Amino acid sequence: MNEPALKSDSAYVRPDLTNAQTMVEVHGLVTHYGTREILHGIDFDVREGEIMVIMGGSGSGKSTLLKALLGLLRPTSGAVRILREDLNAISDVERTKLRRKMGVAFQGGALFSSLNVLENIMLPLREHTALDLNTMRIMARMKMQVVNLSGFEDLMPAELSGGMIKRAAFARAIVMDPRVLFCDEPSAGLDPVVASTIDDLILTLRDAMGMSIVVVTHELESAFRIADRICVLDQGHILMVGTVDEVKSSSNERIQNLLNRRTEEVELDPEEYLRRLTAAND
Amino acid sequence: MAEAGEKTMPTRIAGSLEHMGRAAVAGIAEIGLGAALFVQSLFWIVIGHRRAQPVRIAATFARCMEVGIQAIPIVTLMSITIGIMLAIQGIYTLRVFGAEEQVTIGIGISVVREFGPLITGIIIAGRTGSSLAARIGTMQISQEIDALQVMGINPVRFIVAPALIAMAIMVPILTFWADLVMLAGAGWYVSVDLGMSLPAYVDRITEIVVLEDLFHGLYKAVLFSVLITLVGVINGTSVTGGAEGVGKMTTRSVVLSISAIIITDMVFAYVTTR
Repeated sequence: MNEPALKSDSAYVRPDLTNAQTMVEVHGLVTHYGTREILHGIDFDVREGEIMVIMGGSGSGKSTLLKALLGLLRPTSGAVRILREDLNAISDVERTKLRRKMGVAFQGGALFSSLNVLENIMLPLREHTALDLNTMRIMARMKMQVVNLSGFEDLMPAELSGGMIKRAAFARAIVMDPRVLFCDEPSAGLDPVVASTIDDLILTLRDAMGMSIVVVTHELESAFRIADRICVLDQGHILMVGTVDEVKSSSNERIQNLLNRRTEEVELDPEEYLRRLTAAND
Repeated sequence: MAEAGEKTMPTRIAGSLEHMGRAAVAGIAEIGLGAALFVQSLFWIVIGHRRAQPVRIAATFARCMEVGIQAIPIVTLMSITIGIMLAIQGIYTLRVFGAEEQVTIGIGISVVREFGPLITGIIIAGRTGSSLAARIGTMQISQEIDALQVMGINPVRFIVAPALIAMAIMVPILTFWADLVMLAGAGWYVSVDLGMSLPAYVDRITEIVVLEDLFHGLYKAVLFSVLITLVGVINGTSVTGGAEGVGKMTTRSVVLSISAIIITDMVFAYVTTR
């Protein structure tokens, strides 16, 4: 099962990032939904030119973590610093400026259904730059070339296939040449072949444009293939942050369970169980 | 077991009181949200270009087409019908006194002050308010709103402000159009039924209806347009849970905005005519 991933592992030379600048820094991040604590103090950083994969099963809090990283969810405590600026401490104007240096490729693409592909990709340029329409078109077409989507400019998002939607989302995310790119489940819902081309795309983007890339995923194969480092998230805690090899050779039982796709029997206190059953009657 | 499970009278009262309290708090929160949205929209309309983030004229124009121009057929049809209906009922009522000729007074004033804006408002609430709620709800679910935010594009500026401007311009214009069509429809019926000539009808109407009446109706139209937009947007943004959620909130948006229009109409009439 891990064969192809291993092969590309040995073929792919990972850059040395030990002295690289920190681009994203998360410190003591705690978030709540209502009264329920979702993330219990998350710390990690992403260096320049690094691909950091945030990996975890469903319910691990990885979507919440991404929301907090993007500034869509205000943390209860702790800080998210992107390019050394605290996302939640700066003014609206500064945050808007900072966001021009961030790109996000959403899971479902989040393309605007009323705009065609080219208009979707041009949108950040239109809103943030004073370029003339022709220049914007050229720039958007260049990005479409990068993601291998040339020739589909005039299609509407509803006419695209799953892989094409992801590509268009990537093109829109990188159109402003961001320093940091966030990808939410880039290979979810795609067949293995298309998923691996998306992995290639992520590697290309980093190598060609030198971006730092944060990928949130639950796909092991994809994570092992593209990650410089992996941050393993479980029930709102970080189990470990390390290279692919470190994660693979980790002796932590929960990580091994995750890697071997073993479901865990959650030990349940009998009293707790009783309380849960009766809670509905309150 | 059964006895323990049965709720006593005081707990039931306490429960329903609590429920009412929660609903009231939620309602007030929603009104607050609406006010905040309105202020934010005004902010972007006024300040936007200074921050190099203007409210787009093209987007506003597109909304104007959708809200106004495309609504003309249905508004026209409804207005003619209601104009004729008013004439029929007015003549029927006044026949009791043998004063059918006076029907023009009732028609003129009630159309311009009441029926024009109210009917237009209700049609627009059903048409545009619902589509606004559905559109924003779908965008919410497909993460398009999140995408706008992370792109540094304020959703209020990008979506709400153009809709608000378009509504505030088009609803009064549509109302004026509805006034004209309703009066024409009523005039046609009056001329057929009472044998009053059309020029005479027009003379009577222009004599009776003063500018103040007209503006009374148009001010209300502006008010309705703001209400419909805000109710639509708020319901759209609170969509959760997929397609079913969109449907639910769209329905809620229509019901709430029509109720809001009718209540506001009454309050406005009370405040301005006393």
